[in-house]
Amino acid sequence: MLGFFVGEMIHSLFLINLSGDIFLEKHWKSVVGRSVLDYFFEAKEKAVNPEDVAPVLQTPHHYLISIYRGKIFFLAVIQTEVPPLFVIEFLHRVADTFQDYFGECSENVIKDNLVIVYELLEEMLDNGFPLATESNVLKEMIRPPTILRSVVNTLTGGTNVGDMLPTGQLSNIPWRRAGVKYTNNEAYFDVIEEIDAILDKSGTTVFAEIQGVIEACVKLTGMPDLTLSFMNPRLLDDVSFHPCVRFKRWESERVLSFIPPDGNFTLMTYHVSSQNLVAIPIYVKQNISFFETGSCGRLDITIGPKQTMGKTVEGLMVTVPMPKAVLSVNLTASQGNFTYDLATKVLVWDIGKLNPQKLPNLKGSLSVQAGAPKPEENPALNINLKIQQVAISGLKVNRLDMYGEKYKPFKGVKYVTKAGKFQVRT
Amino acid sequence: MSSSSAFNDDKGGSSSVGEPEYGHDPASGGIFSSDYKRHDDLKEMLDSNKDSSKLEAMKRIVAMIARGKNASDLFPAVVKNVACKNIEVKKLVYVYLVRYAEEQQDLALLSISTFQRGLKDPNQLIRASALRVLSSIRVTIIVPIMMLAIKEAASDMSPYVRKTAAHAIPKLYSLDPEQKDQLIEVIEKLLADKTTLVAGSVVMAFEEVCPERIDLIHKNYRKLCNLLIDVEEWGQVVIINMLTRYARTQFLNPNINESLLEEGGGGEKTFYGSEEDEDDEEEEKEKKSEAAALAKRKPYVMDPDHRLLLRNTKPLLQSRNAAVVMAVAQLYFHLAPKAEVGVIAKALVRLLRSHSEVQYVVLQNVATMTIKRRGMFEPYLKSFYIRSTDPTQIKVLKLEVLTNLANETNISTILREFQTYIKSMDKDFVAATIQAIGRCATNIGEVRDTCLNGLVQLLSNRDELVVAESVVVIKKLLQMQPEKHSDIIKHMAKLTDNIQVPMARASILWLIGEYCEHVPKIAPDVLRKMAKSFTNEEDIVKLQIINLAAKLYLTNSKQTKLLTQYVLNLAKYDQNYDIRDRARFIRQLIVPTEKCGALSKYAKKLFLALKPAPVLESPFKDRDHFQLGSLSHLLNAKAGGYQELPDWPEAAPDPSVRNVEVPEWTKCSSREKRKEKKVEKPFYSDSEGESGPTESADSESDSASGSESGSGSEESGSGSESEESEEGSESEEEEEEEEGEEKDQKKKKNKEIKKPVQESESENSSEEEERKNERKRRQRKNDSESESEEEEDESESESSQSESEDSDSEAEVKKKKVKTAQTKPPPKPAKTDNKKGKKEMSLLDLDDFEPAPSPQVTPVNNFLSNSLVTDLEGLSLSDNVLSPATISPSSATKSYELLHRITGEGLSVEYCFSRQPFSPDANMVAVQIEFTNNTTNDTKNLHMEDVKLQSGMRVKEFPEIELLPAGETTTAVMGIDFCDSTQAANFQLCTHSRKFFVSIQPPVGELMRPVFLTENEFKKEQGQLMGMNEITEKLMLDVKCRNEHAIVQRVITAANLSRVPCGSDKECRFSGRTVTSSSLVLVTVASKEEGTAQLMVNCEKMVIGTMLVKDILLALTQ
Repeated sequence: MLGFFVGEMIHSLFLINLSGDIFLEKHWKSVVGRSVLDYFFEAKEKAVNPEDVAPVLQTPHHYLISIYRGKIFFLAVIQTEVPPLFVIEFLHRVADTFQDYFGECSENVIKDNLVIVYELLEEMLDNGFPLATESNVLKEMIRPPTILRSVVNTLTGGTNVGDMLPTGQLSNIPWRRAGVKYTNNEAYFDVIEEIDAILDKSGTTVFAEIQGVIEACVKLTGMPDLTLSFMNPRLLDDVSFHPCVRFKRWESERVLSFIPPDGNFTLMTYHVSSQNLVAIPIYVKQNISFFETGSCGRLDITIGPKQTMGKTVEGLMVTVPMPKAVLSVNLTASQGNFTYDLATKVLVWDIGKLNPQKLPNLKGSLSVQAGAPKPEENPALNINLKIQQVAISGLKVNRLDMYGEKYKPFKGVKYVTKAGKFQVRT
Repeated sequence: MSSSSAFNDDKGGSSSVGEPEYGHDPASGGIFSSDYKRHDDLKEMLDSNKDSSKLEAMKRIVAMIARGKNASDLFPAVVKNVACKNIEVKKLVYVYLVRYAEEQQDLALLSISTFQRGLKDPNQLIRASALRVLSSIRVTIIVPIMMLAIKEAASDMSPYVRKTAAHAIPKLYSLDPEQKDQLIEVIEKLLADKTTLVAGSVVMAFEEVCPERIDLIHKNYRKLCNLLIDVEEWGQVVIINMLTRYARTQFLNPNINESLLEEGGGGEKTFYGSEEDEDDEEEEKEKKSEAAALAKRKPYVMDPDHRLLLRNTKPLLQSRNAAVVMAVAQLYFHLAPKAEVGVIAKALVRLLRSHSEVQYVVLQNVATMTIKRRGMFEPYLKSFYIRSTDPTQIKVLKLEVLTNLANETNISTILREFQTYIKSMDKDFVAATIQAIGRCATNIGEVRDTCLNGLVQLLSNRDELVVAESVVVIKKLLQMQPEKHSDIIKHMAKLTDNIQVPMARASILWLIGEYCEHVPKIAPDVLRKMAKSFTNEEDIVKLQIINLAAKLYLTNSKQTKLLTQYVLNLAKYDQNYDIRDRARFIRQLIVPTEKCGALSKYAKKLFLALKPAPVLESPFKDRDHFQLGSLSHLLNAKAGGYQELPDWPEAAPDPSVRNVEVPEWTKCSSREKRKEKKVEKPFYSDSEGESGPTESADSESDSASGSESGSGSEESGSGSESEESEEGSESEEEEEEEEGEEKDQKKKKNKEIKKPVQESESENSSEEEERKNERKRRQRKNDSESESEEEEDESESESSQSESEDSDSEAEVKKKKVKTAQTKPPPKPAKTDNKKGKKEMSLLDLDDFEPAPSPQVTPVNNFLSNSLVTDLEGLSLSDNVLSPATISPSSATKSYELLHRITGEGLSVEYCFSRQPFSPDANMVAVQIEFTNNTTNDTKNLHMEDVKLQSGMRVKEFPEIELLPAGETTTAVMGIDFCDSTQAANFQLCTHSRKFFVSIQPPVGELMRPVFLTENEFKKEQGQLMGMNEITEKLMLDVKCRNEHAIVQRVITAANLSRVPCGSDKECRFSGRTVTSSSLVLVTVASKEEGTAQLMVNCEKMVIGTMLVKDILLALTQ
């Protein structure tokens, strides 16, 4: 062939599972042999965790850009200069689409839906350049599988390909399909805030910030035009929007004005200025120590409520990656269950609801491999928690108005606060 | 074959999408079924005439391909099905074809004709998909066919097809690079396209085929900047990256005068501040041209186009797409004045919360940025703090950023963080932390001792790796001021007993050798120990032992002479030749013998020369010569196809190359409106001239200004106008600036104006509109004053769209101009109506349906522009003075009866063709229905049912009307896709109690929508629609219809067409496209002497043509 390459964005895509099996490959131009993946496998061998594989690898003739999602490596083969983020973002979009279509993004699900997956990839990339990546558009062309439909299809020989040609791609509102109809018109918004924090040994906040996202589930007939306003938009320091949001409107009036996609989507993400003091809902008293002699250590963790906005802390969970030398644990929990995974050396203490009257406590001894030196470092505690009905930043939705359609939609806003990357150093 | 058919059934029963491999199926006969047999079976399924079994077979084949199995031998069986009616089978066949066509070229050719047919399909999506597959088949022999298809698709009516054409360009180019020149022509054409849909794809094609042809961008630069926000995400990335390069070649470095403090911000401010500065700006330019030598001293003024780019990309920092954010960030980094780069920091920090791969890339870029612009990220220091759960590569990068950010004020915080990191279990990370501490210590003198002490403490760490790394770093630090630290050197000397890591041992030995004068007692002892263990040391350690021995011999030969001899003897017989060589070399140098003369005299100088302290540098230093965000930057090596980021030019190239022949209307800012009104005549002559050449590159601006100034001189008092024209680009820019400033207001107005228009098309509120109309009518009589103001508003809004409008909109605007020029247009413009109404109405309208995601520059869309066209058509211009180019259909569209009052038992229904585009579906004709309830009872639940249509036709029902009170009237809009036929749409009109059979039949004239063509385009198109597609008819014009104006009016009443400008007043031309298939309809009425005339209709659809001739004939003769 011609020894001449024009840059196309993504030349080939391989899906590889953790054990290194290639279970799907797609080529948008000439076929790239699997041997190019040897470089990837080499890097994967070296990496301790799958996350440690470098996302961009260089081989003599190709570049490999990969992401790790759902225990799968999505690996794109590139031949020429292309912004790496472009490819990475696209691969994540592919994974998101699978998630959206099949409810999860895993090897089994992909294998079970190989043809749909292939059709999706065909529509999402043309000659390696993204073509249709909006879920609403894709769903018009390729229907997601449902149990009912696959039964019907089996009986009738029906298809998953939409028989109507999609119009979304042609309109100015590519994210919304035309002719949406619902008998119950509803729009739900979940304001979810995550607290990212690092607390040091003494419980002092080293770093804390609030990261929020508004997830929407909008099922409205026709072409609704929505306006969502906040009581206190000033809290929002940095925002990013779904393309449907009119940015100018936000800039001038601090309201979100948009024609929503149909179904579930992320309306916006925001960041609450780190200048604001972040309320830390719990405190953690901990003492983990290893003794110089006797091959053992002690662990004592107590968790109590701090600034909970008068709500109950639920789903409390503590994850501790122990030093490799810790062989086993001998602990008692005053509340909840704990497990210690011997292979990964991870201690998980699932507490559940935090009862302010009776603080949960976990204590006992750790046995360390005999003869091994005392672990230098103490493990960090990773905390998970959830507080319903409150956005910890105090953000409040003021109102949601709908224009352009005449019916009265059912509207709802829900607030949840969670721990994001919440780490306590010990 | 019985076995295989049994298998078939089996499969049919258990069919699932991801077919398990054949061998796993018990019915398949397990291992006995060979490949060849399996394929036999598939072939049979493919040949069957049941779509279901074909589909099944194709699914299995595609599953094979997906798993990387070879299915090429099925090619003949598969390719036969390329014309299969079943759309899913077809799709899967396409997948197969694209995969294997290259391998089976001859057979692949069999499929080509199917795609060629598809290219002519009336449905744009089918045309697009045919082009997509055709261009993906990599068979060299079809290159000419592809070329032709691409060229045709590039001028397709549908932007979606044009987008596909843009996508096909790189495909063809990679197949046959010799087509480059032709492809560039197509790219040039598509670059001029004004739709957001095409923009991203064509720039991608540009980047892949001819990135060096930066000249092609000039004319499209401003348009691209303005469209950017509405382009889809992936296109945005490509465009922004390209524009970054473009800007680097065309504008001056905004930081050129970094030393002169006021420059950056001040200069801009004056320029953008107000209109007076226009003059300054001119002067500036003059200076620029005359004094190139002084250029560097001269205050820098940013080119308005440069500013435009920065301004229009900034909102995209809020994109959800990390690639877009990164693209904008790199643009700002490379192009913005220093003071403005800071805005990107927040957005980049936001990306750090994304997936770890995104973090990885972003951190690499942040690391590079922090070297040049540390201040930018300082406020976000804590966002780079490391969590124990971060992957190692992320940790190391964060560490890099933290190190770059360290300065005198924050170093203590950072060091405290580092202390935590040193305890980490991740040893690679700990090593990196120690390196980082070393770098902080070298960069910040104040903390050098603290760091050194800290590192020394680490020397007693249990982990050898930590110690070793510390030693290496300490060695580097000590080199900076060894005399102060003999304690540390002594301490380290002791470590040689314990530490085993070769690099660390080597470092210690080097230190002792280098600074043996500071530790005169210890050094010989260390050498003694080392001599003992010499044979067991690693090579790098051995080399350093030799080194140490040599240095000691030179400084302290009394104590160490024998030891040195011993070491050199050991080394002489070492297995490693490097070591043997080194020993021989050193012996000759230091041990004076009679043979070697000169060199040994200088031995001391050679060995004990002062060595400069190593500079601990960031690996990211100078990485910014690669464009940030690029693969090359990430790898720190030039990737194939990387386009260098050019250096700023010394002097800015001519900025006028970007001037586009700006349609008149964009230039007039509001304050010129009034004058504008007086100069209508010349304006039109101008517009006609314009219809011809749009592409003459250089002469363009001149000619434009020429004609304009001509117009100015004709009309006294339009001085500013001509001034304006001389400064074509400036004024435009200026105005954009203004817009920028008054953005919100105007945007709002803009919105206000546009929205109601949309609304009226988009159903529902036509009732209100009706009311508004009336109110409006009354008002209009009263205040012509406010009227004119409103019109100004409109034209402003128009101009804000300027860049994005396509050619038909130009026409509209001209029409609109005319409207503005009139002092009192009799029927009121729909738009103003709506707007008026809006002010008085509830909030509800305010935020009605708006097509674009952002109110900024309205993306070009056919709906909108069409809606403007149709709106304007609603104006009837009775004034004969008016230009011939105006469209003047009677405002009253003809109503037809759908349900008579009697048969409807009190409910009467009329419908008319509103000629508004039907927004939910562009392929539908909008039908406005008016319901009147003449009874004394309320009518409820008015809706449609049981729609009976000819095949292919579609209906979008009007929304149910829940309640129509007695005596009231309401309207609704429905859409019907008549498939370009005059077949009736039959349906039942239902109320809560009754059903009525009704039907709507369109006159042929309503099956089209106006398109604007220039005279040249018209002639060209007409030339292609000859022969069978041309119908000519002679006629005698009606007596009342012998002037041009009347002809225009009658034709436009009869058919939904738009007027085409024409040089001759004997000829009237009209153009339109059929609604469903977008076939062109061209009508020419040439009047001759004594009322005779010739009517000519050119239309691809002959039936439509024939019927249209009849209708127009009727309209003109009665």
